[in-house]
Amino acid sequence: MTDVSSLIEGRTGKWEVVIGLEVHAQVSSQAKLFSGASAAFGAGPNEHVSLVDAAMPGMLPVINQFCVEQAVKTGLGLNAEINLFSIFDRKNYFYADLPQGYQISQFKQPIVGEGSITITLADGSTRDIGIERLHLEQDAGKSMHDQHPGKSYIDLNRSGVALMEIVSRPDMRSAEEAAAYVSKLRAILRFLGTCDGNMEQGSLRADCNVSVRRPGDELGTRTETKNLNSIRFIAQAINSEVARQIEIIEDGGTIDQETRLFDTSTGQTRTMRSKEDAHDYRYFPDPDLLPLELDAAWVETLRQSLPELPDALRTRLMDEFGLSAYDAGLISEDRDTAAWYEAAAAGRDAKLVANWMTVELFGALNRMGLDLADSPVSPDQLGKLVERIGDGTISGRIAKDVFAIMLEDGADPDQVIEEKGFKQVSDTGAIEAMIDTVLAENTDKVDEYRGGKDKLFGFFVGQVMKASKGQANPNVVNDLLRSKLNS
Amino acid sequence: MSDKTPDYNPDHNSDHNVIDKTTIHKIAKLARIEIAPEREDALCGELSTIISWVEQLGECDTAHVEPLASVTGHSLPMRDDVVTSGDDPDAVLSNAPEGASHFFVVPKVVE
Repeated sequence: MTDVSSLIEGRTGKWEVVIGLEVHAQVSSQAKLFSGASAAFGAGPNEHVSLVDAAMPGMLPVINQFCVEQAVKTGLGLNAEINLFSIFDRKNYFYADLPQGYQISQFKQPIVGEGSITITLADGSTRDIGIERLHLEQDAGKSMHDQHPGKSYIDLNRSGVALMEIVSRPDMRSAEEAAAYVSKLRAILRFLGTCDGNMEQGSLRADCNVSVRRPGDELGTRTETKNLNSIRFIAQAINSEVARQIEIIEDGGTIDQETRLFDTSTGQTRTMRSKEDAHDYRYFPDPDLLPLELDAAWVETLRQSLPELPDALRTRLMDEFGLSAYDAGLISEDRDTAAWYEAAAAGRDAKLVANWMTVELFGALNRMGLDLADSPVSPDQLGKLVERIGDGTISGRIAKDVFAIMLEDGADPDQVIEEKGFKQVSDTGAIEAMIDTVLAENTDKVDEYRGGKDKLFGFFVGQVMKASKGQANPNVVNDLLRSKLNS
Repeated sequence: MSDKTPDYNPDHNSDHNVIDKTTIHKIAKLARIEIAPEREDALCGELSTIISWVEQLGECDTAHVEPLASVTGHSLPMRDDVVTSGDDPDAVLSNAPEGASHFFVVPKVVE
């Protein structure tokens, strides 16, 4: 089915974009997939390397059980089929940062089969994107080509680190959908705790397969843009690749099936290698590793112990707290954000807390360049502030002033209200006195109002609020003012 | 079955070669080895003989046999997620022809 809204208008008519993604997610393990060296980021060169990772003769791989468990959990989180029998294969190619001369991967029989992810787009609509498979494989080392004019420098710290390669179906039709897919996948991985999702450190990177076709036609020739390490780059690379392909075809050319690189400085893709040089990997089962057989009961135990995932959390926030789909989406993006919200909202006006959190707090943190974890205002403090609005102690407008002070010094809202004298005046006697003064000072306007100029009502409210330094309860002011003016 | 085994014959008639020169060049390229032109015919013959010999396996009826990756019947042994090695770049680099500041140094490779 063609979704007309995502079609691209070319010079010669409309084009449909077809996108499939291969995401490499680093397993959040302590040690590597087949060796006991650390998988942590940021060590000095070759410090996290065992003799297995350096492919010294006679070294044998032994699989890390935790990595297997994380792959299964991720598969369950993607509503995917778990294959109780899977095989590790050798993917053969020569490169300086691949000391074995092959990558241990899974080819014909991966650990996880078909699943799906539901993505939510900006307009609130949802789409299901198919997952073709997830398999476990080794990462390669890192080559540096800029250290020496004639030499490359090799660091094997990443060599052998466990990756989950998650392959989607070619189900996405726009850069927006691809970005939403990666965001959702990252959220699921983070909720599961199977990958930290840190794209800057390379824990999550994507290869984008992009092609274009006339709506309803057969699939066009695709290109693969490798190693994109931010959601923004993924969207940019897709858009630039789509524009390039449409231009070539409209000029009468054809697309070469090739591997491309995204240049972050120009925002364009360029050829990395063409089909003629395409690798012939000669996959075959790794004779050093026996087939991986899983116990169905163990898989079931993992299924039972899965944490709440983003979709379930979002639905619960809407059902339990009455949040809008938009607010629930924002708050369920991250498990810590949701936990923060739930702590703040417990026993309080949950919708108002959500509003304060997503508008005032997120806005302020954004300006201050802080993460929620470093927020000067605690969940309970924000909750209390909302409570004080609810019980009439302060107005919503005064609450913003209180909040500004809380942000500065992390003070408790009750303390700020007390010390700064922000307490809202609901005492009808005091408000009546202020109203009388305002009316006495503006007799001309009172006459105009009584003569039919209704709009002046807002002027009187403003004057009374000003006289009270914003502390008068607006509802009380409205009621009293109306009865006095209309009497 | 031994009476059916073709003799290993390096001078095997190249008319029956299943491995041609194109394949020889492709394999050589994948294996990053150089083949002298005068060795090409001989290699075609040798590799073709080996392939023909292995092809005897095709005589077995495997129509009802599941492909398998292992014949031992053992299951894969596993390891706990504990860091037990590393932190010794000198040992890792001890056999390297060239190194600098704990990096391996190799002739420039840029794709």
